[in-house]
Amino acid sequence: MSFPWANEYKPSHPFMQWMDEKLPLPRFVYNAIGAGYPVPRNLNYWWNFGILALVCLTLQIVTGIVLAMHYAANAGVAFDSVEHIMRDVNWGWLMRYAHANGASAFFVVIYIHIFRGFFYGSYKAPREMVWLLGVVIFLLMMATAFMGYVLPWGQMSFWGAKVITGLFGAIPLVGEPIQQWLLGGFAPDNAALNRFFSLHYLLPFVIIGVVVLHIWALHIPGSSNPTGVEVKTESDTVPFHPYFIVKDGWAVGAFLFLYCAVLFFAPNMLGHPDNYIPANPMSTPAHIVPEWYFWPFYAILRAFTFDFFFIPAKLMGVLAMFGSILIWFFLPWLDKSPVRSGHYRPTFRKFFWFGLIPTMLVLFYCGGAPAEEPYVMFSQIASLYYFAHFLIILPIVSSIERPDPLPFSITEAVLGHDDKAALGTTA
Amino acid sequence: MIRILSLLVGLFFTAALAWSFGNGAVNFAREGKPATVESAFHEHPKALHLASDGPFGKFDKQQLQRGFQVYKEVCAACHSLRLVAFRDLKAIGYNDDEVKAIAAGFNVPGLDPNTGEANTRPGLATDYFPMPFANDIAARAANNNAVPPDLSLMTKARHNGAAYVYSLLTGYQDQPAELLKTFPDAKTPQGLHYNPYFANLNLAMAPPLTADGQVTYGDGTKATKDQMAKDVAAFLVWTAEPKLDKRNQTGWPVLGFLLFATILGYLSYRTIWAEKKKH
Repeated sequence: MSFPWANEYKPSHPFMQWMDEKLPLPRFVYNAIGAGYPVPRNLNYWWNFGILALVCLTLQIVTGIVLAMHYAANAGVAFDSVEHIMRDVNWGWLMRYAHANGASAFFVVIYIHIFRGFFYGSYKAPREMVWLLGVVIFLLMMATAFMGYVLPWGQMSFWGAKVITGLFGAIPLVGEPIQQWLLGGFAPDNAALNRFFSLHYLLPFVIIGVVVLHIWALHIPGSSNPTGVEVKTESDTVPFHPYFIVKDGWAVGAFLFLYCAVLFFAPNMLGHPDNYIPANPMSTPAHIVPEWYFWPFYAILRAFTFDFFFIPAKLMGVLAMFGSILIWFFLPWLDKSPVRSGHYRPTFRKFFWFGLIPTMLVLFYCGGAPAEEPYVMFSQIASLYYFAHFLIILPIVSSIERPDPLPFSITEAVLGHDDKAALGTTA
Repeated sequence: MIRILSLLVGLFFTAALAWSFGNGAVNFAREGKPATVESAFHEHPKALHLASDGPFGKFDKQQLQRGFQVYKEVCAACHSLRLVAFRDLKAIGYNDDEVKAIAAGFNVPGLDPNTGEANTRPGLATDYFPMPFANDIAARAANNNAVPPDLSLMTKARHNGAAYVYSLLTGYQDQPAELLKTFPDAKTPQGLHYNPYFANLNLAMAPPLTADGQVTYGDGTKATKDQMAKDVAAFLVWTAEPKLDKRNQTGWPVLGFLLFATILGYLSYRTIWAEKKKH
């Protein structure tokens, strides 16, 4: 689907005409990321992060496939095979650092992409399916990243695997058998490492599949935009090519610059030193912490320190940690405000900037800090606000808030006037 | 309907969190944060500046060779370097003959070619540094029940690695009287050694660098304890990250290219959008 004024693909070369009849792949590309896809003209730079996420996914798959050629998924040699890559494989250090920091870059990009959606109401009709598929991608990413971190078989790999699979052990009655089934044993060992490697290789391709659906679902209503006002006329849009190809292009350049600065000059900044110690089941690290991108959710997990009636604290923590992401699935129906963009929602905007964002930062900080006071109390307050924000505040705000007046159209928002608005037409 | 459910779920989670917070806060108010001897007396590593620091860093090969000498003559008695091969030493400025001679100075595990029985033979350039103990049990038995850790990755396996190694080697001291006054139970146990840079303050390793001039440097540098500690820390930065020079050297052209490409991209963006910004 597209807008009626979208450019039509007209192959001029006989070969392209022949191709268009047999397999209209060029037409598909033209309509997806070419001149045939009209995009709102007022997208700001927060809208570049979708493409950046695609760049990250590609980087991860390319570097990951090369690493898999040299890595050995066996508990006896996994750690040394990573060091073999670092020391003896030509440019192996570059591949490994690119992959490890690529995961971090991917999460930076995806968090910005998600919070862009929160602020601009990108999850609202008619784009609910885009949002739902996005949350699925995020969950798949988390699973992939977690299993990837286990592969070097360092201390944090081992103890991280133990803690995270241990979460399933909190499920009443069947928890322990589930945990043993997931690990293929009583503790992480060769069986767990092998299946994690297998799944770590598989899931990125599943992610590609869901990304295709995500983009497909997006192209049905077309991209949202910072005003949240839907596209009305041709003057509201520009063709994706060349306008957004070139804008995304320079954004990709700037992103790669920052990414490479970390990759070449501080490649271990985001990692934990303990993962350069080989896994040792007999020696527990002083502080077991996951990678930074899991810290907010780790803080929620650890915020539950006392049994709540008959529910054990650990089970509450596990429910809350998974629940904290699963509630995103219901967002399109929790926030019923017809106005999408936070720009025109004065109350929502305050809760976003002074509630949700500081909360995420506190959770982020506390998740990486040791499980002691006062960090635990901070993460309890922040987790409380987190759940209240999505489950209580958003539904209430969306029904009582008086939104600011919206512009008539995207064109008016950009140029200050829209000739068609004066005529009262909405062609 | 969904919003009523969400309200109930929201109240459930917030109530459980308020309950945890309330209990925790009461306990905290009552008991406060227990002071531990580690939190009171552990010290962060001293500042250490090496030639390899920072984006312009480059190994000082002379220093790496001195550090290697300290490792070989002092540390190697107990600590392995199992991820480093003798051939790797070419990277710190030894030539082929020197590498062969260094390797031959170590005995590595081998097999008798006639009987197939395990024995030892002089090392070859392709061999890795041998393990000082036959196994962990032997290592524990010889070291007051502590296994001396492998040093190959040590400077990446500790926060602030090189500075940590340097501080630990130069940080041995008598236990402060003040410590025993505040924590009478925290006396350093028999056979351990007090060192405020170690995570739990007492470690099994006896002070390895005991006197100035413990090694004799070939390049005339005065082998003070401080100098030896710095040199071996620098050497261990190299063993942990042997490709550091190449990484820094590659990084600048890559960033330069990306900067150029990004500027070109930005200018194209400005040109292509120029019309659209106007009307």
